[in-house]
Amino acid sequence: MALLKYTEPHYRIWHYFYLFICGCVFFFLIAPLFVIFPLSFNAEEFLVFSEGMKKLDPDAFSLRWYHDMVYGTKNPWGLAAKNSFFIATFATLGSVILGTVAALGLSSRHMPYKGIIMATLISPMIVPLIISGVAIFFFMAKVGLAATHTGIILAHIILGTPFVVITVTATLSGFDHSLTRAAASLGSNPVNTFMKITLPLILPGVISGGLFAFVTSFDEVVIVLFLAGLDNTTIPIQMWTGLREQLSPTILAVATCLIVLSTLVLVIAELLRRRSERIRGIRR
Amino acid sequence: MSSETQKILTTGGIPLEESLKKVEKRNKIKAFLLVSPLLFFLIIAYISPIVSLLFTSIDDRMVTNMLPKTFKAMKQWDGKDLPSEEVFEAFYQDYKILIEEKRHGKLSTQMNYEKNGFKSILKKLARKMKKFEEGNYKEQIMAVHKRWADVEYWRALKRRAPTYTYSKYLKGVDMYENEEGKIVEVPEERRIYKILWLRTLEIAFFVTLFCFLMAYPIAHLLATLPMKYSNLLMICVLLPFWTSLLVRTASWMILLQQQGIVNDVFVWTGLVADDSRPEMMYNKTGTYVAMTQILLPFMVLPLYSVMKTISPSLMRAGKSLGGTPFITFWKVYFPLTIPGIGAGCLLVFIIAVGYYITPELVGGASGTLISNQIAYQMKSTLDWSFASAMGLMLLTGVLVVYWVYNKLVGIDNIKLG
Repeated sequence: MALLKYTEPHYRIWHYFYLFICGCVFFFLIAPLFVIFPLSFNAEEFLVFSEGMKKLDPDAFSLRWYHDMVYGTKNPWGLAAKNSFFIATFATLGSVILGTVAALGLSSRHMPYKGIIMATLISPMIVPLIISGVAIFFFMAKVGLAATHTGIILAHIILGTPFVVITVTATLSGFDHSLTRAAASLGSNPVNTFMKITLPLILPGVISGGLFAFVTSFDEVVIVLFLAGLDNTTIPIQMWTGLREQLSPTILAVATCLIVLSTLVLVIAELLRRRSERIRGIRR
Repeated sequence: MSSETQKILTTGGIPLEESLKKVEKRNKIKAFLLVSPLLFFLIIAYISPIVSLLFTSIDDRMVTNMLPKTFKAMKQWDGKDLPSEEVFEAFYQDYKILIEEKRHGKLSTQMNYEKNGFKSILKKLARKMKKFEEGNYKEQIMAVHKRWADVEYWRALKRRAPTYTYSKYLKGVDMYENEEGKIVEVPEERRIYKILWLRTLEIAFFVTLFCFLMAYPIAHLLATLPMKYSNLLMICVLLPFWTSLLVRTASWMILLQQQGIVNDVFVWTGLVADDSRPEMMYNKTGTYVAMTQILLPFMVLPLYSVMKTISPSLMRAGKSLGGTPFITFWKVYFPLTIPGIGAGCLLVFIIAVGYYITPELVGGASGTLISNQIAYQMKSTLDWSFASAMGLMLLTGVLVVYWVYNKLVGIDNIKLG
């Protein structure tokens, strides 16, 4: 929205004021993330910018915290990273399969009690995490899955499916159902039709739902705090412990890696969103 | 001119209506079968555990099962004077078994919730009981400590006799049932939970308000700028959205610490003196600042998706009809964004009300919310029934907000990204 030439002066001032406000908000949103980068290369142990760093002295910067992250003694990050990726991968797989299949049923116009079933399926997103945590902990303890990978994966599937259900139902809302009927009339069985026709078309929605599920699982602390034993420690749990006990620069090194990872996820998610919008025929 | 229309038959000779109904039914079953794996998984592993929190929260069988004989003997006791020898003897026998099974510690913890000072007299009794002689238990027990001769303690014990109790819900709002069975508030200096509920509401409300005030202008800018600029700015919203919550909280911990950058800037601009740097973390300020930044994307995204659909020609039309920019904005643009405002505020409010991680890390004692209390009860005091009761109270609140929103705006307006 460019200013028009004949805009009156006081609106002109207002417009620049508005742009200034927007600038401040964007700064507030993004700037905190960039504090972490330089401090993770700090040569000293303190979490403040040292005099040397302010003068851009190369000696004030080092990779020692990254070294500590990978090779440090009694290093918890290796196991945590392994667990996090393992749990997140299987939780995503589970969420995507269950969520996509459910979304297919929900999008059918024959689905009975659609409202209440949809509400049940997305309820893990609405219920405050702490309550989900308490309830799931009681359940897992009862069935003997507390402090196991399986228990955490199942818990994360619960949290991840709503995202998949929502994104896939949204993608299916623009789906042309005559395509599947055409395939059926040409003699294809339902499974084959799904694999060859439906899935490729709704794939962007499925993947972006999966991304949500992956990030949710990868970043989840509350439920893991209740469920995890010593062997199930994850990256968020280690960060949580670190942040509570003492903020060490190693945490910032890990945080930097996580920011790089989230940038990657953001790029993939954006590309998918655009692709799915193209497929659904939403043009801008 | 027949009054009955001829029934249309399919090739198989069945009436078309019936055959269609059959197909419809089959389709319904098919759709339901597709949903059922997830539905049943959620019902078993999620919904039913939440419902069973209800039982955990009113379940009080622990003490009942620990002192079966005592409560049986107490049935005849009217609660006015000290109970009879019979009750004392039954209690002695129950407690002896508990000591042998090493479960008496649990009883003293439970009874201390009911009445302060119970723990020490139960411990003392456990030590002295080894030397008890047979018979006349009433006097022997009363000799252990003078509180055993106080009828208040026996009444407290009797209050734990029923298998179910709603006392945890009363405790959650700083109330209790007193000796006469009336529901009263706890003394003012010991009220903690009411303050916590009010603080949770206050923080959730103001965080929602701040998010709205900050998100509205930038969502408007994003929706009206040309695509190539807005895509770039959108990254500023999406990158924090996809970044780990803990990373964002960590960055606020670095920024807000006393030697942190925000304080450095304050000192540098001369706002505060170097030796009087304000505490901005481990209090409410920390919670407000960090939560607002963390939840901001949840407000921007729904607002943006609604604003994107508003045609710019509407504003031009308003202006051409003589409206000043402010009036056109207020009368034309703003009403059209209300669904987005509703969705954003609902999302932020619901997330904020149940927030745990950030307040725990940057909130200190004065900036924590009800969720932190629930976690504390779960992990430290192990009073699980109280944690369940407070969890359910919070959940009820969230569901009421959700229901009101659904009535007012409709839930279908929520979109992701």
